[in-house]
Amino acid sequence: MKLDARIPEGPIENKWTKHKAEIRLVNPANKRHIDVIVVGTGLAGASAAASMAEMGYNVKAFCFQDSPRRAHSIAAQGGINAAKNYQNDGDSTYRLFYDTIKGGDYRSREANVYRLAEVSASIIDQCVAQGVPFAREYGGLLDNRSFGGVQVSRTFYAKGQTGQQLLLGAYSALERQIAKGKVKMYARHEMLELVVVEGKARGIIARNLITGELERHSAHAVLLCSGGYGNVFFLSTNAMGSNVTAAWRAHKKGALFANPCFTQIHPTCIPVSGELQSKLTLMSESLRNDGRIWVPAKKEDAEAIRQGKLKPTQLTEEQRDYYLERRYPSFGNLVPRDVASRAAKERCDAGLGVNATGEAVYLDFSAAIERYGKTEANIRGLHSASKEEILKLGKDIVEAKYGNLFQMYEKITDDNPYETPMRIYPAVHYTMGGLWVDYNLMTTIPGCFALGEANFSDHGANRLGASALMQGLADGYFVAPYTVGDYLADEILTGTISTDTDAFVQAEKEAQDRIDHLLNNKGSKTVDHFHKRLGKIMWNECGMERSVEGLTKAIADIQALREEFYKEVRVPGKAETVNPELEKALRVADFIELGELMCRDALERNESCGGHFRAEYQTPEGEALRDDENFTFVSAWEYNGDPSSAKLHKEDLNYQFVEVKTRSYK
Amino acid sequence: MSAKSGVFSSSIVRKVWMSLTGLFLCSFLVVHLLGNLTLLRSDAGAAEAFNAYAHFMTTFPLIKITSYLLYFSILFHAVWGIMLEIKNRKARPVAYAYNNPSANSSWASRKMSLLGTIILVFIATHMYHFWAQMHFGTIPLDASGNKDLYTVVMEFFRHPSFGIPATLLYVVSMAALAFHLHHGFQSAFQTLGVNHRKYTPIIEKVGLVFSIAIPLAFAIIPVYIFLT
Amino acid sequence: MNLTLKIWRQSGPKDKGAMKTYPIQGVEADMSFLEMMDMLNEQLVGKGEEPVVFDHDCREGICGSCSMYINGEAHGPGRGITTCQLHMRSFNDGDTIYIEPWRAKAFPVIKDLMVDRSSFDRVIAAGGYVSVNTSGNTLDANAIPIPKEDADKAFDAATCIGCGACVATCKNSSAMLFVSAKVSQLALLPQGQVEAADRVLNMVHQMDLEGFGSCTNTGACEVECPKGISLENIARMNREFLTAAVSAD
Repeated sequence: MKLDARIPEGPIENKWTKHKAEIRLVNPANKRHIDVIVVGTGLAGASAAASMAEMGYNVKAFCFQDSPRRAHSIAAQGGINAAKNYQNDGDSTYRLFYDTIKGGDYRSREANVYRLAEVSASIIDQCVAQGVPFAREYGGLLDNRSFGGVQVSRTFYAKGQTGQQLLLGAYSALERQIAKGKVKMYARHEMLELVVVEGKARGIIARNLITGELERHSAHAVLLCSGGYGNVFFLSTNAMGSNVTAAWRAHKKGALFANPCFTQIHPTCIPVSGELQSKLTLMSESLRNDGRIWVPAKKEDAEAIRQGKLKPTQLTEEQRDYYLERRYPSFGNLVPRDVASRAAKERCDAGLGVNATGEAVYLDFSAAIERYGKTEANIRGLHSASKEEILKLGKDIVEAKYGNLFQMYEKITDDNPYETPMRIYPAVHYTMGGLWVDYNLMTTIPGCFALGEANFSDHGANRLGASALMQGLADGYFVAPYTVGDYLADEILTGTISTDTDAFVQAEKEAQDRIDHLLNNKGSKTVDHFHKRLGKIMWNECGMERSVEGLTKAIADIQALREEFYKEVRVPGKAETVNPELEKALRVADFIELGELMCRDALERNESCGGHFRAEYQTPEGEALRDDENFTFVSAWEYNGDPSSAKLHKEDLNYQFVEVKTRSYK
Repeated sequence: MSAKSGVFSSSIVRKVWMSLTGLFLCSFLVVHLLGNLTLLRSDAGAAEAFNAYAHFMTTFPLIKITSYLLYFSILFHAVWGIMLEIKNRKARPVAYAYNNPSANSSWASRKMSLLGTIILVFIATHMYHFWAQMHFGTIPLDASGNKDLYTVVMEFFRHPSFGIPATLLYVVSMAALAFHLHHGFQSAFQTLGVNHRKYTPIIEKVGLVFSIAIPLAFAIIPVYIFLT
Repeated sequence: MNLTLKIWRQSGPKDKGAMKTYPIQGVEADMSFLEMMDMLNEQLVGKGEEPVVFDHDCREGICGSCSMYINGEAHGPGRGITTCQLHMRSFNDGDTIYIEPWRAKAFPVIKDLMVDRSSFDRVIAAGGYVSVNTSGNTLDANAIPIPKEDADKAFDAATCIGCGACVATCKNSSAMLFVSAKVSQLALLPQGQVEAADRVLNMVHQMDLEGFGSCTNTGACEVECPKGISLENIARMNREFLTAAVSAD
């Protein structure tokens, strides 16, 4: 198989404009006869479904939640990047492009990333027109904040609920098309198979999660907007239902899976508290604008803190190690996520972690509270304000900026972050890898597209903060509606696709067999039991640091776990009803396969880059050591019967517009 | 029915009728109370003043017209309120096995229909005893030639056998009115869309004073008569 | 801690349903309420019984999926939180906890604690949007300055997560807080004003068709709303509605 990314010729600034101008169109009368399936209703899915319907296609949208508004994009907190340069700080399309390429550690495709930066400004315009209430300054214009890995303020936000506001904007656009009858919404439906007819994606098999019925749905194109696969780690910041099944089923039907090992571990999450924990909660990266990250400088102090004999507030400045500021003076606490996460792990591994498990560092706002307090006292003309008064004023400012996040932290941990530093630790947050797509976002199965986190395209080996929302909406609003049309131009004479063909019958049978097997299995262990064990293997061996031994062992362990799963899992209840255990079992079955592929990919990539850190490949200072000569490519895996025999294809990345450099945030 | 043609049967407009009739009834309470306060006078002219007031209220044309509006409002407010309550109850066919509504709302706000029913029963007995007497009964005339309602009132509350229950009925009913007004007054403004950070607290305070002062003043009258 | 759970079990929409008692041991204070439910379900599955079905997804208080009526209150005791943000440290050893689904005609029970809230989606579909097609040629985002105060108020209204606690809590099962939050958000922004009159009429009409009760201003919804959506929004919707109704032709 030859991977052709179909990148348009010409200078990078003109590629997208030229491509749009030359792309084939479907005339409005023909669009009415073309059906499009959209799986997932997050930012990518909802925006794509709404836009395609506005253009005139007949859209069927699917989500497993009870409403399209609940897709996990809703939980994104910090913001969305756009090269608007409203702050006049030197931002530009090129700079956003460059920051994203660099942030991705030179493992993403230039043309796609440039397009992303190019359409970013339109996203903000579109969202404001929809009534998305972004934060504004007193003059009535939009406000911006900074995020990790960049030196401009280009992040638009709506308090700590940016994802929610953007998703509700896309959801309302979607509901408008549902009301018009242009989108038929299938909530509480989960895609279980992709149907491929004569090499083209022609539909899906979906399970109605209420009746349990398997339904056949046909279409001229299938858009997978089903999100990432972070839940392979069991504990992650993903929603409980987030899963890889749609993407994995496409993979098994022939879509190549790219860079599966590129996982983003977010540095600021609330640490794991116990064995029965079901998920991890992110504290927005925006907190790193003002919070300082530290651990005790001495092991004894860390030990005393862990035993509860010492309080963090009792340590003097000299007894603290602000390790990010120390190691990366120019970016400080705002280094990219992969760097910040690894640095936290490094300190904790050195025995300086600060909670009972030894896996936590401090995120401290006391300096910010004092700084803001002083400024506020000056503004109010209180020149002889006491320390208490200053702290009070400072707390008010911090509360106005981050109140909801502080409150969330306190609710979960029962600690007051205004008085004592927050404890944080890295957690799995996002997956850069995903289905391989070409410039048109089409997978290697013609007619099957992947948008948003479900594809691999824009973030390379590490995603910058506030770029996921940007990519989801860029794909859904501004890229796919054009590029899918290019494919559909050949489909105007196809007519309605029958669901009675062998391919549909066969795909439905495959799904039915999986369900029957799971329900009839006379095992004794719950689905979560296996999911937790898989998560542990993945986190230990394919998490923040990977090694040949660890990965080799992990592959064997996962294979054994998979075998045990099919023998020992117990799924109660029936197929013909609401059955959450069955839903989980179907998802975990796919995770156990994916996990192995991730480990294989990590093992194959003999370098460290972005979120992929191989212990064998690091500089003497412990920084990631890339091997550009041998690994400047996208790994794209072809399914071949089982994950162990997956075949690796390479898409070489040719950097023509950016000079490939060692990424430094020092 | 489309949204535009159906506006008058919409849930919001139904509520607006409750709010408008309720506020109108509040204004009536003030007028009614002002007249009744003469019952508290102990001077010689009290009886004649009260009877003159009663005469004026039953004969002056403008008042007569307004009184029909008042009867309608009372009936409408009551019937409409009961209909809304029935409709609202249908919106929850299965009740909670365990509910703790006092955690989030005042007792009065949840019991408006009960309170309203008590008040309706009261109004019926009240009208039977005095309004009907005044309009259709044979009441002796006072010195000025007006019907001597004053004496009817005095004898009613000082009646040896049902003076005590009558007084109690009035006091209890006024308590119900107080709770009804406490929620109803500010609720009426909210329904009409008046909710403002600056003015709503004022409306709430006025409502509180109104809901205590008016029923209290009404309740003092029978107690005072009974005791003197 | 050891607890007694009394949970509503209903095998399907047509089943009558009943409260069932489940003792549970070894609950930890740091667990979230849903993790406690997970623990119960693990035990039930282990015994070969059907686990309790409930909606949940993000478990960080933003998706609006989780929806339990706990000890007589929507999302349980505690303010400004969803069920998933309720922690077991709010309970004491030996407590009995009642767990029921949202109760409303417009939210029929699907199974156990899971209800159908698609009526909310239909209300949004009736007008909870600005009719603007996707286009790379809309006005520049800064072309219309919006006073910060209006933008902030619009945002506050827009933080509604559509969980339905307002309906569950309201003695009339009224959806006014939910509907008014969306009406308010768009009424406060210049982008939403073009369609404001039609929007409020259509959304209220749909709300009534779905079988929600009417508002009697008890204020319970505001207290139980995990996002603290204000009653001001209901008043604003009343204003918007009455103005629209009077001027509608």
